[in-house]
Amino acid sequence: MNQAHLHGHHPTPPSPIERRAAALEELLTEKGLVPQGFIEDVIRLYENDIGPLNGAKVVARAWVDSQYRARLLEDGTAAVREFGFGTPEGNLVALENSPGVHNVVVCTLCSCYPWSVLGLPPAWYKDAPYRARLVREPRVLLREMGCELSEDVDIRVWDSSAEVRYLVVPERPAGTDGLSEEELAEIVTRDSMIGVARL
Amino acid sequence: MDSAHDLGGRQGFGPVVVEPYERHYHARWEAATRLLFRVILPHHLPNGADGALRHAIERMDTVRYLTSSYYERWVTAAATLAVEAGIVTHAELEARAGGPYPLSAPLTAGTITDPPVGRARFTVGDRVRVRGWHPRRHTRCPWYIRGHVGVVTRCDGYFSLPDVEAHSEHRVHEPTYSVRFDADELWNDGQPGVTVNVDLWDSYLERA
Repeated sequence: MNQAHLHGHHPTPPSPIERRAAALEELLTEKGLVPQGFIEDVIRLYENDIGPLNGAKVVARAWVDSQYRARLLEDGTAAVREFGFGTPEGNLVALENSPGVHNVVVCTLCSCYPWSVLGLPPAWYKDAPYRARLVREPRVLLREMGCELSEDVDIRVWDSSAEVRYLVVPERPAGTDGLSEEELAEIVTRDSMIGVARL
Repeated sequence: MDSAHDLGGRQGFGPVVVEPYERHYHARWEAATRLLFRVILPHHLPNGADGALRHAIERMDTVRYLTSSYYERWVTAAATLAVEAGIVTHAELEARAGGPYPLSAPLTAGTITDPPVGRARFTVGDRVRVRGWHPRRHTRCPWYIRGHVGVVTRCDGYFSLPDVEAHSEHRVHEPTYSVRFDADELWNDGQPGVTVNVDLWDSYLERA
């Protein structure tokens, strides 16, 4: 028991779920399942999580290098491996947006997400409204989320229900001709690579 | 099983709520739970397959599933599997947490009853109908496409069939396909220019 408990003025008492999570961790640790220091070590790694930076680098290269773009669309797993990010790529398929086609990704059954290129998913991606509504009314939902598409743009929704993970390659914004590959990577957002935003 | 996790197309949910400046974890327990459930515990279970872990979440009480946060579900599923494997007891968990410790419902369904296909029956361009079934066990065949007709657009190679791996130590590998459905075919609501593309194992499909 820590000092705050001993002195009886813990600022916010732990909620039931915090108590249940702590009970499970303590018991599994006492039973010898958890290697010493393992959880704290990995949590430190998470703090340095680079999020969607790898995906942004992939998209920027596809924008400036048409041969890379072709390889990425042909075999996303192999094309991402060229970067040597050091994380397992899984089975990655890249989806190219164009003036007439917009791609957007969901996992209706749980929360499958291309974490090797986008990091950990945002909470809204895992919550019920997005998972329930995207496959039924994508145009309405995208508009609500600030992604306005004209009626003549086709929408392709991808439900990642098996082993493939999807990365959307957004359209390169106008007026970026003078930017380098590194500068382009800085303007590629996570949401544009899920497909809930345009750049 | 047709439980609350199978959310595609369900109505009555409100807007998507985006947290500004969201961190990956709101609190330490979420990160610790991720490690316990996904990294540590599977090594100590009789069946640590992804399908078995996911099914432990799907066995949650429906109301509790929908009112729990993402990592709350993982706490419940991890605790359930730890109890079922004899690593801890429910009583130990309740005593340590100082209160009730809800667990997922027990496994009721056996493994897949009809023999899985286990080979590639389809190729790009084939019209396929998703089986109109309602298995009581784990499956990765979402409800909202069952009985509907789509077109195979991509073959992705062989993967362990979740319906088998969730319920036994047996493994059957068979192809998955990306199948394209017109949204109007799914929902009959006149949506123009929208397709929904779903990745499906061979056993989920019939020739249309």
